[in-house]
Amino acid sequence: MLIDVNMTINGKAVSGQVEARTLLVEFIRDHQRLTGTHVGCDTTQCGCCTVHVDGKAVKSCTILAVQARGKDVLTIEGLANADGTLHPVQEAFREHHGLQCGFCTPGMVMMGVDICRRHPNADEQTVRHELEGNICRCTGYQGIVEAIMDASAKMAGAR
Amino acid sequence: MGQFGIGQPVRRKEDVRLLTGKGLYTDDVNFDGQTWGVFVRSPQAHAKIVSIDLEAARAAEGVVGIYTGADLKADGVGTLITDVELKDLSGKAMFRPKREFMAIDRVRFVGEPVAIVLAETQAQAKAAAELVAVEYDALPAVGSTAFAASPDSPVIWEEHGSNVGVHWENRPEAEIDAYMAKAKYRAIVDLVNNRVVPNPMEPRCAVAKWDAEAGELTMYAPTQGGRRVQGGIAKTVLNVPADKVRVISPDVGGGFGIRGKVYPELGVIAWASRKANRPVKWRGDRSETFVSDYHGRDQINHAEMGLDENGRVVALKVNTIVNCGAYFAENGPRLPINGGGRIIPGVYDIENFYLSVRPVLSNTVPTDTYRGAGRPEANFLMERLMDKAAEVTGLSREEVRRRNVIRPDQMPYRTQMGMVIDSGDFAANMTMAMKGADWENFPNRRAESEKRGKLRGIGLSNFVEPSGGRPTEEMRIRVDANGKAKVFAGTHSHGQGHETVWAQLLESFLGIPFADVSLEQGDTSTMPKGAAGTFGSRSSWMGGVGLQRSAKRIVEKGTKIAANLMQAEPEAVSFEGGVFRAGVSSVTIQEVAKAAYEPKSLPEGVEPGLDESYFLERDPEEFNYPNGSHVCEVEVDADLGHIQIVNYVAVDDCGFVLNPFIVHGQVYGGVAQGVGQAMTEQTVYDDDAQLVTGSFMDYGMPRAQHLSMIDALFNEVPCKTNDLGVKGAGEAGACGAPGCFVSAVMDALAPLGVKHIDMPLTPDRVWRAISEAKAAKAA
Repeated sequence: MLIDVNMTINGKAVSGQVEARTLLVEFIRDHQRLTGTHVGCDTTQCGCCTVHVDGKAVKSCTILAVQARGKDVLTIEGLANADGTLHPVQEAFREHHGLQCGFCTPGMVMMGVDICRRHPNADEQTVRHELEGNICRCTGYQGIVEAIMDASAKMAGAR
Repeated sequence: MGQFGIGQPVRRKEDVRLLTGKGLYTDDVNFDGQTWGVFVRSPQAHAKIVSIDLEAARAAEGVVGIYTGADLKADGVGTLITDVELKDLSGKAMFRPKREFMAIDRVRFVGEPVAIVLAETQAQAKAAAELVAVEYDALPAVGSTAFAASPDSPVIWEEHGSNVGVHWENRPEAEIDAYMAKAKYRAIVDLVNNRVVPNPMEPRCAVAKWDAEAGELTMYAPTQGGRRVQGGIAKTVLNVPADKVRVISPDVGGGFGIRGKVYPELGVIAWASRKANRPVKWRGDRSETFVSDYHGRDQINHAEMGLDENGRVVALKVNTIVNCGAYFAENGPRLPINGGGRIIPGVYDIENFYLSVRPVLSNTVPTDTYRGAGRPEANFLMERLMDKAAEVTGLSREEVRRRNVIRPDQMPYRTQMGMVIDSGDFAANMTMAMKGADWENFPNRRAESEKRGKLRGIGLSNFVEPSGGRPTEEMRIRVDANGKAKVFAGTHSHGQGHETVWAQLLESFLGIPFADVSLEQGDTSTMPKGAAGTFGSRSSWMGGVGLQRSAKRIVEKGTKIAANLMQAEPEAVSFEGGVFRAGVSSVTIQEVAKAAYEPKSLPEGVEPGLDESYFLERDPEEFNYPNGSHVCEVEVDADLGHIQIVNYVAVDDCGFVLNPFIVHGQVYGGVAQGVGQAMTEQTVYDDDAQLVTGSFMDYGMPRAQHLSMIDALFNEVPCKTNDLGVKGAGEAGACGAPGCFVSAVMDALAPLGVKHIDMPLTPDRVWRAISEAKAAKAA
């Protein structure tokens, strides 16, 4: 049996028919073909699939598409400004070498935005603790932690 | 050199694409009409396959086809066999078992593929795979490295009669014993180098499409180059010429040495696409990573080192058992020998060295090249020996190392096993690292920690790790009529930032602006014929020098064209910063490029176009020697066994640094993998060779909290054996980290009487070691 789902993704109303078991990440990747959101594990550990649902970071492999009905979903594709200007967290990742292969990156950035929202001027320990659910194999986290701290300070200053 | 030139900390070109969700990884690729493949894998560690009943599965909804190893064999698909051939001192050759692409009569490890189900959707394929009924007759199994090597172990290849593939030695053992007998002091260590799962963040994936009309296969899959996979699939699986197989590796989510292999799954997906005459997609999940990607490390080592009254090493003897898994993979048995074993003496001047290696087979996933591929094991072993030598001689850890390091005036230094280290200043590395870590004032910091009830320790490690990988590579540069350049690389970037570094090189060599250089890589239909790929920290040398020489050819041809444009003799033309000059005349490389595509502007005998490549070939026994010293400082909570890294200084000599921003990233990532192995990562097989750590829930990936900021410094000594002066950078961190981390923890625990803990130093192991030491003291 297929179920109708409607939600907003990156400011655009979308709809589709899914099986009850369809995960939000499958709806995003396979139905909407927004492939910036990645799947890196099957146990909610790696965080590659992190998106925002109603403004909060959520692992989209751990929520059903039907649970996101009527919600406002933001993926990595919708984070930069329409004119292409990067979000401060994206810009900080570039500046601090917060990415190498790029696979964990969309999830890291979406999580980073959430950290910056909740922790203005986040310190190193806070950022490391908050990244508990996001795994990176390339960077040793150094550039990621530096980027999120930097963006957090800049965003706090801009408020 | 300019803002974007060689040596500058240029920010990466690839980042905006990857930061905005515009990367293209294999799972982002779909073919019209594709079916989904799901593998049926063995739940048994060792068993005879009695029967495979496909009836129920075939009747399931959406099923397109189900194939077993027997189907592949009947279609003429060959077998996989290791590249490694070894002989013992008597000339007896290593046993080299053949591996079917899918098991036929016998399964030998948990996760070995037995069948593939194709269905219209992935969910249907998964459901049908559950209905494939395989009857197994279980056999005794072995997962433990030590037990597999013992005569009491179940034998998994009866035709060989033993699990030991060969007992390889570099020389007769009696020779070294004679030197060892003269030693005043003897340092002895027994070490486990734990098995790790490389775990790139992108799980393996493949999507293949057979074009029946053209008789050609197109396959997307994450690799570290593609040529090797192309060749293997064409020859062994499809039995077609290599140019009928196109392998495309677009963005690849991490490599770490294990990507570029002809994995059985790739062969099966390719074959199934031809058999079913439909595109086939396989999206491996993380659980499949754990049971099918080659694993890394897994050695046990017994080593003895003899020292004279001055603390100088007089003899070194190493016995290694390496657990190669159920089949010898491409490089598996060579890693403790040519991979790392022959550099075990490391940065130290050790004349008398004996190495014995036993590659053993067991009921586990095969092991192969993982970041460092034998060198991290070698460096760790040597550094533990040096710490032990300090203990037995009464010298400090620093002093015993200083008395033995190879001095710059001994370069080029030929090691006992014939490697020639061209350059490096190992003593200076130590000085720089210890100064950077304020080693001198450590006692004050230790006292301060003690006040807070914590144990503090500091550790040092030296390393040197031959880099360069395979000895050939081809790079090509095409400058179009608009003066924009494209690099067609034989190398493959999967995180290393080649899009950026190759553009820096071209800006410096050709004066073509950084922004005007693009990169084409990873597609066997466009990469140079002689493409090899990226592994073994080889790209800066093999790719960089290949590009430099291609650029030289561009300048040579450009000189002829420029001379014609300026009506000068070619000998009178010079080239610098993108401008050809002859007397007072000048033309830019952009003007020359435009002319290159206009036949009327060309001198006689010059073909149109500005497109040059260079096939670089070096002596296969010639490497470069990245080296360095790392210092790690830790604080240990004795009540919890918890370790916190509080400072980490990495001094690296990777020769001339093409982009410090990117090389720092390589150091940080390598250190994280080294610390991961030493602190959190452990692949566990139980007594029946069942894999216990099969997901990120059970396997300890290093996370942000496990690490601290790393202070990465360079002690740049240009390499003498290549034109750019570069040395490898990708694997150094993983070589240096385990030694200094473990040394630091043991230093912290020494006052309690703890002598040894095997990696990984998990809180549980640390706490137990402390408890045992306390109990022993009390008794």
